[in-house]
Amino acid sequence: MTLQEKTKVVLLACGSFNPITNMHLRMFELARDHLEDTGRYRVVKGIISPVGDSYKKKGLIEARHRLEMARLATQNSDWITVDDWESQQPEWVETAKVVRHHHAELISSENNNDDVDTVRCGKRRKLEKNKNICQSSSYNKTGADSPNLNLLCGADVLESFSVPNLWKPEDIEEIVGRYGVACITRCGSDPEKFINQSDVLYKHRKNIHVIREWVTNEISATHVRRALRRRQSVRYLLPDPVVSYIDERSLYSAESEQKNADVILAPLQRYTSTN
Amino acid sequence: MAGRIPLVLLACGSFNPITHQHMRLFELARDHMHQTGLYRVVAGIVSPVGDDYGKQGLVASKHRLAMARLALQSSDWVSVDDWESQQEDWTETVVTMRYHYDRIASQYQSGKNPPTASDVPRLKLLCGADFMDTFKVPGLWRDDHVEEVVGRFGLVCVSRGSLQPDRAIHESDLLSRHQRSIFLVREWVHNEISATEVRRALRRGQSVKYLLPDLVIEYIKEHNLYTQDSEMKNKDVKLRPLIKQTIQD
Repeated sequence: MTLQEKTKVVLLACGSFNPITNMHLRMFELARDHLEDTGRYRVVKGIISPVGDSYKKKGLIEARHRLEMARLATQNSDWITVDDWESQQPEWVETAKVVRHHHAELISSENNNDDVDTVRCGKRRKLEKNKNICQSSSYNKTGADSPNLNLLCGADVLESFSVPNLWKPEDIEEIVGRYGVACITRCGSDPEKFINQSDVLYKHRKNIHVIREWVTNEISATHVRRALRRRQSVRYLLPDPVVSYIDERSLYSAESEQKNADVILAPLQRYTSTN
Repeated sequence: MAGRIPLVLLACGSFNPITHQHMRLFELARDHMHQTGLYRVVAGIVSPVGDDYGKQGLVASKHRLAMARLALQSSDWVSVDDWESQQEDWTETVVTMRYHYDRIASQYQSGKNPPTASDVPRLKLLCGADFMDTFKVPGLWRDDHVEEVVGRFGLVCVSRGSLQPDRAIHESDLLSRHQRSIFLVREWVHNEISATEVRRALRRGQSVKYLLPDLVIEYIKEHNLYTQDSEMKNKDVKLRPLIKQTIQD
């Protein structure tokens, strides 16, 4: 297969990143290897989108810190970037909206590139491009050959689809149906079984890439915060610049962990009140 | 930390290659020993094994040393030592420990005036839980060596996952006798990444980023270190300790 025929993929990871760890970064690497190994895809970009403060998760520290730590963590990566759109919104934003936003961004930047090409190369190139579009599998409404945007997540996120009032059913349908999911398995989870047991997931199973993590590598941010509270070392669990950033500001403490302790998680609040 | 016993942690092993997991051992051990209230960890030493060890897939010690140095250049307390790998033949762990203990003691004696026994740092062997199980392998360890490593020096053993080092202690009379010199540290993060896994990923052209420092990954790429061929090295060779110790009996 030539490079032209492979489907371009962009991986988008939403989450608290409270703080970002080597495990989060590994997820991107594992997903890219897996998708490219099929021979059908070329992963062109990774996006880390930290959730906004209005998510109201217990222990969630300010977005500006979480963004900066993610930037420090990815400064040596040539394909993974950090995006602050989600965290800059005044209210909590549903994941489906975040995916939609980034998909729109991707299309518009592809269109911008195309405009430049057309101006430079003229009519002949445009005709050739139209021919390719009809043959390409990533043809969409706008007619541009835009990358597939996949939500990158752990199996626990996939399984959270069944938690009452956490996700809107139409959002789940949109994420797996219109876009796609790259799901990293974790010890003790069986995403294939879960997919099988859900009609909506089963319907769109072709868009769900299950990436088996053969060797467990779970560095939970919860664990990291616990170690920091106890003044234990977290070196080599997160990139060094992130460890220094946390250290310099004493970011995680017993106090910070109590933030939002009595507050209900934004999605639960939103969906329960509309029932 | 006044009044505490100064302590040096020595990790012997293949370091083929060194990974974040190896470096975590030091961090976890230091935290644990500090939390006992008894010790003050003053230094950590990584001592890669010599090429004569004969383990399958072991790349040249000059590379393993270079990678360990790159990995630890940003550490202010752990360093790499090449004495063990520079010896003519494979060197027993206890011999390496005696060398380092004597070296550290003489440094202290030359510094202090007058030196007191309590000022000389203790030396303990830092290892993973799988290491404890090696004591059971026939012909791999001499009993008197185990006695000295565990009894005279002491072990700091970091475990993760399903391995149970306390069971290994329970099942060995020798280890049970020296329980007081064995410190068990639990790594709660469920992480089974090992050098074996890293080599496997490298052979398959998979990413190992974030499992080891970037500098080490670059070194490996520059020297094309881990391949199908490198993994076959020493395939039909018997592990040196198994040969050496049989001769001596």
